[in-house]
Amino acid sequence: MDARLLVDHIPSLRRYARALTGNAWAADDLVQDTLERACSKWRLWAVGSDLRAWLFTVMHNIFASQVRRTPPPNSIVPLDDVAHELHGGVDPGRDPGTGLDLQRCLMQLPEEQRAVLLLVTLEDLSYAEVAKVLGVPAGTVMSRLSRARVRLQELMDGAAAPHRPGLRRLK
Amino acid sequence: MAPPRRTAPACAASNESRRRTMNRPAPPPTDDELHALVDGQLAPDRRSAVEEALAHDPAIAAQVAAWHTQRDALRRLHGELLDESIPASLVSALERNRPRQARRSNWTRWGGMAAGVLVAFAAGWLGNAQWSAQRSAPAQLARAPAMREFVHDASIAHAVYAPEKRHPVEVAAAEQQHLVQWLSKRLDRPLKVPDLTTMGYTLVGGRLLPGETGARAQFMFEDAAGERVTLYIGTLDAQAAGTAASRETAFRFASEGPVPSFYWVDQGFGYAVAGKLPREVLLKLATLAYRDLT
Repeated sequence: MDARLLVDHIPSLRRYARALTGNAWAADDLVQDTLERACSKWRLWAVGSDLRAWLFTVMHNIFASQVRRTPPPNSIVPLDDVAHELHGGVDPGRDPGTGLDLQRCLMQLPEEQRAVLLLVTLEDLSYAEVAKVLGVPAGTVMSRLSRARVRLQELMDGAAAPHRPGLRRLK
Repeated sequence: MAPPRRTAPACAASNESRRRTMNRPAPPPTDDELHALVDGQLAPDRRSAVEEALAHDPAIAAQVAAWHTQRDALRRLHGELLDESIPASLVSALERNRPRQARRSNWTRWGGMAAGVLVAFAAGWLGNAQWSAQRSAPAQLARAPAMREFVHDASIAHAVYAPEKRHPVEVAAAEQQHLVQWLSKRLDRPLKVPDLTTMGYTLVGGRLLPGETGARAQFMFEDAAGERVTLYIGTLDAQAAGTAASRETAFRFASEGPVPSFYWVDQGFGYAVAGKLPREVLLKLATLAYRDLT
């Protein structure tokens, strides 16, 4: 295993982990765990097969076991607590609230829906690849994707409402 | 539940022929096909039919447009991470976990700068110290090779990172809780940061390092004058643990490496306090650390 092969995938692993966990520290810990596991289990990667999909599989397995071990803390984060993460991470021309709201709303989705949505949209994995990464049937990928999109839409509509009164009440 | 998907070739073919012969409209797009359209995964032979359906049904068109917008927003989320340089901790995670035969060269590769700093520092130290080590008995160093190596690694790690101005540590003292959790997890043992403030040394932070027998942790402390001491912690291998090294040992002084240190073993774990300090000051610091850790 040449570590340089892995290095190329670190940026996208970081972005996916960041969106999945909603937390910069947890995300980089997850990436680090993934790299270490990949290095120790690299013989399980069939040379010539899609390394990226395999890395996401490794990451998914680690994330899933972490979620099983520790039920997520209250995923509703007061706006003030994460406001600092926003600055510097957003294009200057964009509404700074959008990224934050989006991440907050993402965190309201069940993990399995969030994972499907992010693998499809961020990583451009095919539905069949996503099914393989997550170890679920193709039909399950489609139903989770559909539910994730509908729910995220509802949440974002709620967050964008005038005066944003519902922001802290979102479930 | 997902609606049935149109993938069976026989079915598609019969639809195709029926459409041609009877001029019936194509079947309406399924929910799955609308998602596939948004994600660019729609089968090419369905594309025109789905787009036609969109043109005739504003509700479906609005739905697809909303999902497109959502998809674009998600793709911009944390996009800055794709251009950011990769954190050193992640690169070193790869370095640490190379297949074993490649590990020899770790020190020279590490971060590119490690070797250079080390050579420069060692040259200065050796010229300066006039082999002061020769004056102390080499026998003071532990007999166990693992222990010898551990202490040597502690000394080198100090020599490499203590002079660092900008990146002396991977995780700063401000994140002390995270630092301790992280290193405890990596070393598979609950760690603690000793309090050396009574001697004027405060925590700078810590980093994770590779060792022949597993992960090592380095905590760095600094006094008001900028003088730095490091505490180096790591497990000793099973071989060493089976011999004298596994017992709790008294302090020993090592001066063979680039930086002198006091070290001890407690429950199979090695500890070394290293710094370019007079022996008695170093001993006081080691004693303080030892008391606080046990």
